[in-house]
Amino acid sequence: MNRYTISVFTENFIGILSRITLIFTRRGINIDAFTASESREEGIYRITIEVTTTQEQIVQLAKQIEKIIDVIKAFYYTDEQMVFQEIALYKIPIENLDPGLERVIRQHNARIISAEKDFVVIELTGHKEDTQELLEVLKEFGVLEFVRSGRVAVAKPMETIDKYL
Amino acid sequence: MEDSKIRGADIVIKSLIAENARYIFGYPGGAIMPVYDALYDYVNQIQHILTRHEQGAIHAAQGYARVSGHVGVCMATSGPGATNLITGLADAMIDSTPLVCITGQVPSHLLGTDAFQETDVVGISMPATKWNIQVQKVEDIAPAIARGFHIARSGRPGPVLIDITKNAQVSAGEFNYVPCLNIRSYKPYPKVDDRAIQAAAALINKAERPFVLYGQGVILGKAEKELRAFLDKSGIPAACTLLGTGAISENHPNYVGKLGMHGNYAPNMLTNKCDVLIAIGMRFDDRVTGDLSRYAKQAKVVHLELDPAEIDKNVKCEVPVLGNCQETLEKLTLAVDQKSHEDWIEKFRELEAEEKRVVVGNDLLPTKEGLTMGEVIRHINEFKADDAILVTDVGQHQMVAWRYFQYKQSRTQVTSGGLGTMGFALPAALGSQLHDYNRQVICVVGDGGIQMTVQELGTIMQTKAPVKVVLLNNNFLGMVRQWQQLFFDKRYSFTELENPDFLKIAEAYNIKAQKIEKRDGLREAVAEMLIHDGPYFLEVAVEKEDNVFPMIASGTSVEDIRLS
Repeated sequence: MNRYTISVFTENFIGILSRITLIFTRRGINIDAFTASESREEGIYRITIEVTTTQEQIVQLAKQIEKIIDVIKAFYYTDEQMVFQEIALYKIPIENLDPGLERVIRQHNARIISAEKDFVVIELTGHKEDTQELLEVLKEFGVLEFVRSGRVAVAKPMETIDKYL
Repeated sequence: MEDSKIRGADIVIKSLIAENARYIFGYPGGAIMPVYDALYDYVNQIQHILTRHEQGAIHAAQGYARVSGHVGVCMATSGPGATNLITGLADAMIDSTPLVCITGQVPSHLLGTDAFQETDVVGISMPATKWNIQVQKVEDIAPAIARGFHIARSGRPGPVLIDITKNAQVSAGEFNYVPCLNIRSYKPYPKVDDRAIQAAAALINKAERPFVLYGQGVILGKAEKELRAFLDKSGIPAACTLLGTGAISENHPNYVGKLGMHGNYAPNMLTNKCDVLIAIGMRFDDRVTGDLSRYAKQAKVVHLELDPAEIDKNVKCEVPVLGNCQETLEKLTLAVDQKSHEDWIEKFRELEAEEKRVVVGNDLLPTKEGLTMGEVIRHINEFKADDAILVTDVGQHQMVAWRYFQYKQSRTQVTSGGLGTMGFALPAALGSQLHDYNRQVICVVGDGGIQMTVQELGTIMQTKAPVKVVLLNNNFLGMVRQWQQLFFDKRYSFTELENPDFLKIAEAYNIKAQKIEKRDGLREAVAEMLIHDGPYFLEVAVEKEDNVFPMIASGTSVEDIRLS
């Protein structure tokens, strides 16, 4: 089992996400993370799916996704073939904002993006290992809420979607 | 309303006419009523066939599509009407049958409110369609239908569902039909790579025991002629899958039989003896391969296939040749050497003789008292026309009919292959017959399957479609019973049927019927049926506990095929 990222370029039609996720559901494969946004090309959406599976299965998954009528292209990559980031937000009670917390924030290159009456929100961008590590450290300051995004990723191979249009 | 504008409902019908749809197989209801109202004005341009159940409608559309090669069209209302189509959609999806299904939907403003007869049919049908869409605006109707036909018929064909809300049907819009020829995200025909052709030819030219497996891709790709030319030149023996049956005549000298669980002895056994396996337009279904870990491991595999997702899905191949097999076969034929493989083909003939001795003789010319399914098919062969179409349901009769019916032409075999849908045959036979009233359409069914869609005798009566129904009645769900006998200690759990008087049912539908219980009279009854002008219902009481052999038990290897 390896961690793979599937990058899907699609038309923006209702139901396309369902069609894509059904391919995983049908095979009993869990999606680790999922993000969607518009791509460089207007009207074309880019979906990034993180999945832990085998080499054989990932090839099938990519082919089955590409078979969907409104999908332009589906690529899959290992972590080494991608540059990727995830963002994490941590909500900490304001009363725990002390020099110790400030040190932690500085050490992890995190930042406070919002200070409210009762809490502060800390943000960290990085790989899952980084955001997870900060979470473990912050637990002693009391984490009221934690959320991590799916990955956003660009591929290292110099191939663009234009040639498939 | 401006003069140039018409109702969405009229646009639906005019779009279907623009696509040259000849029939709509359907069933009316609340949410599709405006379209049915519009249809009333176009009965001279398009025929509607009122089935007795939506499942009947879609199977009839499938039968029509399979025999004609055209897109089958079917129509139903929202909610239960739409959900009744699902089995047919799944069947058409797995058997690559081109369909466009139109369903009515509750008005837009009621979507998501659990309105009367509201069902999320786009959601439900998603995994069972090649493409589907909900249309809520009148201006989107014609483009959706145009797109639907293009998707259904191009590339690897499949079913499409278009769900149209009632408000779109009653709104007025311009009608200007533009056929869809291109979708930028959809490339139905991969470009043929000449290097792949050369690599395939190199393997084939060096092979000592090459073996061709052909499937429905040959028929869908209209590559029957190209397949014959390839076999004639290369001299390679060839066997067919269930759905590939008929692509070439069984009289072809290279033809060596049928693949799979109840196929022939020789091609299954020798799959594990060939050195190069050439798969053409087939997808290595588990009913063909048996245990994959012991399937053709000694062979190098060349796979000619249109759908890239089929490459390496079940069987890893040395050389994938992507493209429509009409084109790839033509190129491959040019690249292969003229050869004959007589010694190798002789190996098939030896095993074929073994199968004849142990199985076929007893099936076709039984000496026991009870009637066999095989002898009924033997008599059908005696009297049928060369272009007769055989439609079968699912189970023992399906396998026996497939084994013994003499297929002489392409598109003469209609059956539910991938999905194994009981109840398929009767409506599919009706649809097949409507393609051409002058062709013989022989519908072989079991006593289990016919009762799943028996109401379609009503549609046969109303359309006067001269379908010849042959009911092979063993008062059992025979295939399940066979498995219970072989693998479940003869524990016949809920497989024996107490059946109605089928003759009375046929007669109630005004269909001429006859029942045969003894060998005497069987031959004459088959002859009478086939010359009868109009629909005919022939029930044959066959041996209760006969088994279908050869058989590759589930999970075993092709070379574990049993003759008894």
